[in-house]
Amino acid sequence: MTAPTTTTSVLPDASAKEVHAAITEGRGWTRWALLAVGLVAALALPWIVYPPIAMDIAAIALFAVALDILLGYTGLLSFGQAAFWGSSAYVTGLVAIHYGVPFPVAVLAGALFAMALAVPIGYLSVRRSGIYFAMVTLAFAQMLYFLANKWSDVTGGENGLQAVPKNFFGIELVETDAFYFYYAALPIILFGMWAAWRIVHSPFGRVLVAIRDNAPRARALGYDVERYKLIAFVLSAGLSGLGGGVFAISHGFVALGELHWTTSGEAVLITVLGGIGTLWGGIVGALVVVTMSDQLTSSGFDGIGIITGSVFIVVVLLFRRGIWGTGRHAWFRWRARRQ
Amino acid sequence: MTTTHGVALRTVSLTKQFRGFTAVRSVDLEVAQGGVHALVGPNGAGKTTLFNLLTGFLRPSDGTIVVFGEDVTGLPPEKIARKGVARSFQITSLFENMTPREHVELALQGGSSQGLRFWRSERLLRRYRPDVDDLLDRVGLSAQADRPSGLLAYGQKRALELALVLALDPKVMLLDEPTAGMGIEDVDRTVELIRSISAGRTVVFVDHNMHVVGSLADRVTVLQQGEILAEGTYDDVRRDARVVTAYLGESHDA
Repeated sequence: MTAPTTTTSVLPDASAKEVHAAITEGRGWTRWALLAVGLVAALALPWIVYPPIAMDIAAIALFAVALDILLGYTGLLSFGQAAFWGSSAYVTGLVAIHYGVPFPVAVLAGALFAMALAVPIGYLSVRRSGIYFAMVTLAFAQMLYFLANKWSDVTGGENGLQAVPKNFFGIELVETDAFYFYYAALPIILFGMWAAWRIVHSPFGRVLVAIRDNAPRARALGYDVERYKLIAFVLSAGLSGLGGGVFAISHGFVALGELHWTTSGEAVLITVLGGIGTLWGGIVGALVVVTMSDQLTSSGFDGIGIITGSVFIVVVLLFRRGIWGTGRHAWFRWRARRQ
Repeated sequence: MTTTHGVALRTVSLTKQFRGFTAVRSVDLEVAQGGVHALVGPNGAGKTTLFNLLTGFLRPSDGTIVVFGEDVTGLPPEKIARKGVARSFQITSLFENMTPREHVELALQGGSSQGLRFWRSERLLRRYRPDVDDLLDRVGLSAQADRPSGLLAYGQKRALELALVLALDPKVMLLDEPTAGMGIEDVDRTVELIRSISAGRTVVFVDHNMHVVGSLADRVTVLQQGEILAEGTYDDVRRDARVVTAYLGESHDA
């Protein structure tokens, strides 16, 4: 009696190609076409929606994209990402208020603070995985929330940080008009998106995917898994911080809620809704969720949570790949059938 | 033998306990440099536990592990891998979403710090192309180089496991049941492959197939219930009365 010589995978061809695309997606013309469409959409956004809302969409999209580096590419569910979004918002606001520097400098300071903060938090949490990692990150974020609440001399406590200026080299249009401010801040967001894309499609990004899929195997190949996770954590925090800083400047105000766990939860929701492990998913998710809650708020409806929650449940149950993931899957199947 | 000359791998009273159960008990193992050393024994004898101890996936409860004269006891798996001790896994352990090419690229990059370069393009990995092509050719996977590994046949996945071990260019290769679950043709091909890649390296392997053990190993250690029962050449061991009753007797002619 001999064992069977071969065991073919149960994966059908099309779905394997689809899964595979998570690593080497964007070869050839599709990548450039997508980038062109995305760029045009980003530039056109404040013409279509109310400019402050456009800025919210862009900043939150970067937040979700940053989270996707952890959730989709490293396999780490951070439930405390508000720590980096919110702390950067505060530091950005404080630097803008007290030093009067051009806002991109303040945002940079906020993002660097978020990265510095991510080093100890990451160091203590990347050794855990799964639900434990989520809980440890959540605990740290809640600690910051209470700290910011108590330390009201600096942060304004429950009243938030008021009167954050939009200093921009004395260019009044940018400093006072949300439409022009959007275009002044967009390069920061686009840089963040590019950085996320670069990270995911680097030798480092390859290792992250390997760790996500099979950490013991990555170790056996000589990779220090914790070190890679920590670096991914810090990079993700920095990009989350860029988003949070822009958000703070755009609103001219930092609410305590930016550090609240619901902000972390919303980022996870948006990323999953859009489709994890895609980067684009975070952008689509932010577009859908922010537009939807804006529409609902302006129509006087105050149960936004019920609507976004329901949409989330439907997407998770019916389209597990998320909006972008489902669309991409359909595209790959169509292309595979044509070949 | 007390001399360390020519010893690639040595364990001294290596012990692993799991909550009162002793999986590996006071094992003194010595693997000669350049040797091909088989570990055999019935299921539960502690072979895989021993492998996990040797490669840092488990921390020993007691005892030491010395690789080329250096104490590596308690080092994490990635450090041990970087010291030139590479392992394969009993249960095929691959990255299902990656192609064999991407696997080997990852393995070739493993020893360097290139993997930390998050600011560079993944095109950097193309520098390994000649080595990747060469390694995939040696294990017979050239035609499958760019297919997702989830779609490979079982024997091909086992071959990819070997390619990954080989890509690390290890001084010591630990192969955990390299022929497990294979048909006869695949077994013969794998034996030839191991023979060819073992030149100039030290190999420790576990296998249940006595034909494989007999044709590859120049030294055999028999484990039973976590302890060394017997050691010697294949012919010595198969004639050992204790071994015959413990293990070989019932399966040798099967």
